[in-house]
Amino acid sequence: MSPSYPEAYFPILLQVGLAVLVAGGVLVTSHLLGRRVRNKTKDSPYECGITPVGDARGRFSVKFYLVAVLFILFDVEVVFLFPWAVVFRELGLFGFFSMLLYMALILAGFFFVWKKGVLDWAKRGR
Amino acid sequence: MNFQFTQTDFFVLRPAILLCLFGCGILITDFFIEARQKFFNALTALIGRGFTGYALWQQQSYLKANGLPELVGLSGAITIDGFGIFFNWIFLIATALAIIISTRYLEIEQEHHGEYYALLLFAQTGMVFLATATELVTLFIGLELMALSFYVMVGFLRGDKRSNEAAVKYLLLGAFSSGMLVYGFSIFYGIANSTKLADIAQAISSRDPKDPMVFLALATTAVGLLFKIAAAPFHMWAPDAYEGAPTTITAYLSVASKAASFAFLLRIFQSPLASVRPTWEPLLGAVALLTMTLGNLAAISQTNIKRLLAYSSISHAGYILLGLVSGNQTGLKGIAVYILVYTFMNFGAFTMVVAMRNQKIIGDDIDDMAGLMVKRPAYAVLMLIFLLSLAGIPPTAGFLGKYYIFLSLIQTQHYYLAVFAVLYVAVAAYYYFRIVKVMFASEAVERGEISDSAGIRVALAVSAVFTLLIGVYPEPFLEMAQRSLFASLR
Amino acid sequence: MLDTALFYIFAALTLGGGVLTITRRSAVHSAIWLITSLLGVAGLYLLQRAEFLAGVQVILYVGGIMVLFLFVIMLVNLDQAAKEKRFSGQKWIALACVAAVALQALWFVSKGAGRFTLGQPSIAGENLGNSEHVSRVLFSQYLLPFELASILLLVAIIGAVVMAKKRI
Repeated sequence: MSPSYPEAYFPILLQVGLAVLVAGGVLVTSHLLGRRVRNKTKDSPYECGITPVGDARGRFSVKFYLVAVLFILFDVEVVFLFPWAVVFRELGLFGFFSMLLYMALILAGFFFVWKKGVLDWAKRGR
Repeated sequence: MNFQFTQTDFFVLRPAILLCLFGCGILITDFFIEARQKFFNALTALIGRGFTGYALWQQQSYLKANGLPELVGLSGAITIDGFGIFFNWIFLIATALAIIISTRYLEIEQEHHGEYYALLLFAQTGMVFLATATELVTLFIGLELMALSFYVMVGFLRGDKRSNEAAVKYLLLGAFSSGMLVYGFSIFYGIANSTKLADIAQAISSRDPKDPMVFLALATTAVGLLFKIAAAPFHMWAPDAYEGAPTTITAYLSVASKAASFAFLLRIFQSPLASVRPTWEPLLGAVALLTMTLGNLAAISQTNIKRLLAYSSISHAGYILLGLVSGNQTGLKGIAVYILVYTFMNFGAFTMVVAMRNQKIIGDDIDDMAGLMVKRPAYAVLMLIFLLSLAGIPPTAGFLGKYYIFLSLIQTQHYYLAVFAVLYVAVAAYYYFRIVKVMFASEAVERGEISDSAGIRVALAVSAVFTLLIGVYPEPFLEMAQRSLFASLR
Repeated sequence: MLDTALFYIFAALTLGGGVLTITRRSAVHSAIWLITSLLGVAGLYLLQRAEFLAGVQVILYVGGIMVLFLFVIMLVNLDQAAKEKRFSGQKWIALACVAAVALQALWFVSKGAGRFTLGQPSIAGENLGNSEHVSRVLFSQYLLPFELASILLLVAIIGAVVMAKKRI
């Protein structure tokens, strides 16, 4: 099944090398060939976009953080689905039900989050 | 794939399953309960306690009826033995007491939410696995389940900066110690190529006792475990966490979490690490001595009663460790008795602090108790009982625990440790009597009003009755402690 | 040969990223270097033939935890943080710790590699990939910790909501 290491990962190495090459190449060539115009509009983060307002170092609401934490927690849960899927056929019904129990507990958590209104960002009744 | 989930596995897991079921149930039903009727959650949690108790009792009587020393489930991941059942009873009692003292307190703090009770039950689930699991991964997840619930509960007073700070400190140091512990576990696994404690014990005993690998595993695991029981020099988190946490949680933390961590520690040191006892015995002796010294000396200068009791509980951990250092039957029986007694007396003392909390003051200053004897003599006397027991003065139960520990030290010729342990009892008596003096001899202050509830009264009564009963009529409890020993020592 | 070379590359990535993480003044730069460090660890896992672990490392740490870090950076007042004095007062304690660890490492090296023997891994189903191995033990021997992990995650969800939501 597994061909000899690390040759098996040669395509990935190739991919990484190519990505570095393309990204670096674009930077270098545009640096060499491009015309240099400096003015205020050019230096702004989005030249053709919205004009920046205020400082980028403003503080964000804790709501964002809560979403990030929940994202990780559900991410961890999804990671466990992967090995389960790999041996799903072997496990049969037993594996199915053990995952069902696991998912039920996570769904209880999701239900909790939902009912608590963590996902409701707009104030109700406005 | 030859894995089967049998009837035995289910039987072995039943208390934990029931706890989780009720925990999730409270989370869901909480949405349908109005803000003023949150005590229903406490009721649900108590009913859950009843079911768990019944499951536990079934396990106990099954073992007794079939004359089995232990019942192994899930291919060795869980072992139900006298040891686990004994500790499970302690967790059950402590959680039930914590539930009944909480309703009133949370209302005063205006943080009465269903999550609190759910977290209590989940914490207890973790403890159940700490006391009965015999496999490293299950033990670790059990520990984290308990610890994570406690981090949240310590910070449950979200408007209170002290509570937030306590939660962050506890979380950081707790995570650090878990890291150390899991590092040790990984070396255990490397040594034995198995996560089952029995296999690890065999692998370690077949090695040279001076093997550096074994020493590394021992050192890292010990540091992690000593953090959890708040033994010096790894005790720094305890006073801050105890002071900032909601007092009801402080009571629960100081009793149940400590008992669970000791169950874990005893299991690790007596099963996989038993064969390297010559290496760890002097180390643990030094840690115990340092713990008693720091705990007792730091307690003298405290003016906050929660901090004082935090340092005193650190010193109690030192005494309990001494039982493991001597390691004979008397010592281990002494540990069981001590932890049982400590559960009641320490919980009682903290419940008094809970009762002092009213709308106006936090009530955790020693001076808030001034003149309690004049105002509410019954409460002053109850507090006196708990303090006498904490100091270890007969006929209270605290004396019994200390007596067995000292006896075991003398039996195993640890005379120096015994001398120090006895000396520190005098130091401890000094700071406990400071509280007594304030209660009985000072002028009454107006602000120190007791605001109790039926739950607090019941909890105080239960704690006081057992604190006295174990001291006066110890036979049934000694027998319980005897049954809690590992089969090899009985 | 190639294995050894790759090991040194990944190890250098991990350590260099780590050092840069704690020495950059800008918190965002630190976070970027941490990603480098974590990717290096993923590479080390791959060298150990632990593909599943490497995947999890990338998905959870580089994907999940780094998002969390960046959100935390957005929560703190960076202007204030930039003005604070760094590495204050901990220098000597830190040096003492480093010395202690170095002594320890020396002690271990002096013992020689022969003293550090580990148990022999049991290799069943040699022709299976790492992910299959992990899955097989996870759904048989470690089924209980697996289910317990879902309760642990549930508690973590409750904890996050309780601690971060204004009105619960």
